[in-house]
Amino acid sequence: MLTLLAMWALFVTIPDFISWAFINAVWQTDDSKDCQVAAGACWAVITEKHRVMLFGTFPYDEHWRGVLAIAIIIILAVISGFKRFWSYRLFLVWLVATALVFLLLLGGVFGLKPIGTYQWGGLPLTLLLFVGTVVGGMPLAVLLALGRRSSLPAIKALCIGFIEIIRGVPLITVLFMASLMFPLFMPEGVTINKLLRAEIGMIMFFAAYAAEIVRGGLQAISLGQYEAAEAIGLSYWQKTNRIILPQALRIVLPALMSDVIRAFKNTTFVSIIGLFDVLGATATALEDLLWVRYALEAYIFIFILYFVFCFSMSKYSAHLERDLSEGRNL
Amino acid sequence: MTPTAGKPTQKNAGDPIIELRDVNKWYGDFHALRDVNLTVGRGEKVVVCGPSGSGKSTMIRCINRLEVHQEGRIFVDGMEMVPDVRKIEAIRRQIGMVFQSFNLFPHLTVIDNLTLGPVLVQEIPQDAAEAQAMEMLERVKIPEQAKKYPGQLSGGQQQRVAIARALMLKPKVMLFDEPTSALDPEMIAEVLDVMIELADEGMTMIVVTHEMGFARKVADLIVFMDDGEIVEAASPGPFFANPENDRTKLFLSQIL
Ligand SMILES: Nc1ncnc2c1ncn2[C@@H]1O[C@H](COP(=O)(O)OP(=O)(O)OP(=O)(O)O)[C@@H](O)[C@H]1O
Ligand SMILES: [Mg+2]
Repeated sequence: MLTLLAMWALFVTIPDFISWAFINAVWQTDDSKDCQVAAGACWAVITEKHRVMLFGTFPYDEHWRGVLAIAIIIILAVISGFKRFWSYRLFLVWLVATALVFLLLLGGVFGLKPIGTYQWGGLPLTLLLFVGTVVGGMPLAVLLALGRRSSLPAIKALCIGFIEIIRGVPLITVLFMASLMFPLFMPEGVTINKLLRAEIGMIMFFAAYAAEIVRGGLQAISLGQYEAAEAIGLSYWQKTNRIILPQALRIVLPALMSDVIRAFKNTTFVSIIGLFDVLGATATALEDLLWVRYALEAYIFIFILYFVFCFSMSKYSAHLERDLSEGRNL
Repeated sequence: MTPTAGKPTQKNAGDPIIELRDVNKWYGDFHALRDVNLTVGRGEKVVVCGPSGSGKSTMIRCINRLEVHQEGRIFVDGMEMVPDVRKIEAIRRQIGMVFQSFNLFPHLTVIDNLTLGPVLVQEIPQDAAEAQAMEMLERVKIPEQAKKYPGQLSGGQQQRVAIARALMLKPKVMLFDEPTSALDPEMIAEVLDVMIELADEGMTMIVVTHEMGFARKVADLIVFMDDGEIVEAASPGPFFANPENDRTKLFLSQIL
């Protein structure tokens, strides 16, 4: 519906837009004065600034590492879309890939120049935060959901407490807490990196919401499944991993996808605690007085970037949902 | 039956494989089992019947700890049922169970339903387990369904898969909780046939059912329960010909 509305709005403004965006636009120049005399859009801001927008303060000569990081994540994401690859092993692949991307950016190994995380930025940072959130958050969500249904009162209380507290506050406060409070709890001299603190905050936030979704899936599994698994002698973890979770997670997958998409959008919040994700990096790029007037064009580019990512994920999720409602085995 | 399938040697009740001694169970305030005593010998077939809510399911589910009894003692193949996860898992490996609603794993193919237990519990290699599973499917006469998902099978076929799954772990005892009650009439016979074959091969069986034809044919002992109690236990001849208890008489008059 919203998409339709947006399309209608586009339609009525389309003639003006076309002349602004295409006919009178400046596509390429290294001198922002060319843009001032033109009546149209200044797309040159993107050609001129795209490196900073996409990679932030990451050293210019090492941008290929960022490109490689983006490629690894996108390729793996596409592969993961195919049901035939779904297994716990796929999760391990993601875990390894996340670590690999982290090392690739960090350097100091394999003859790569070390680059401190304070220099990271742009799309690689956005994607790494996002992937780290999901890869770290999913197992935590499953454990919280299982814990919430545990017959051990202490574990149950702990999980309920964690879930409800995190869900009771906005993400931004979780991020501030993570960035300000962790240092207080750490022993003297131990500092955790700002990026890691943000990631932990994002993981906790994602996990608390995803846990409730997973719990819904667990509740949908009939008691008979538990009993049949127990009757063939499976242990708690065998039963959980092989019988209950595969069914529960399939049921809630579309719902989980919307949390995943939200996790992607939520990466933008890290700029508030001083990390330069792709949005933050763009803001920095526009601090250049020569180009600041063309912020609109730059943000249109960022808009399209986010839209492509979120739209493809939500399309995919709708496709899963359709499969599920048609009763097909996911 | 294949020789590998744990064929129990025919012995009499003097060599009990299952023993319930003064078992009591409550659901909250509700007294579901009252001083239940039952001894099942190796190779014996016991049919349990009784009105709805009389505790039949509760009793057999206590035998593999799907329900926990509060008083009395339960022994399976010489092991006592105690609240210890290791012991419970060891006992469950001796027992196969077939449920009224099949409870197959819908996300796994028929063959995977069968191999899961042996592979995970007995750590048998996947290919050996698959070979064994195919044998088992032959026994229940549906080898051609191996690659299908449970949802693609008829009720009778699903229940036969469930029986095959329970047999995969080579149990010494098979428990059946109303295995044909959820089936359309035309499918009941195919499941009962498989059960009769199993009985003929010497399996120890405890079967909750209202199929009195089956009971007459295979049972060594028929147990009648009412209100959480075993009211009457006798071999089929005397049980049907002259039941002693009035409640049994009433029940039989309603069901026959
Ligand atoms: N989980 C439970 N909580 C409380 N009461 C229960 C529970 N399970 C069974 N009961 C009660 O215990 C009694 C015995 O139940 P059980 O299922 O053993 O009966 P049944 O003889 O198998 O009956 P049916 O022929 O309907 O299957 C019933 O009155 C039932 O309501
Ligand atoms: Mg019952």
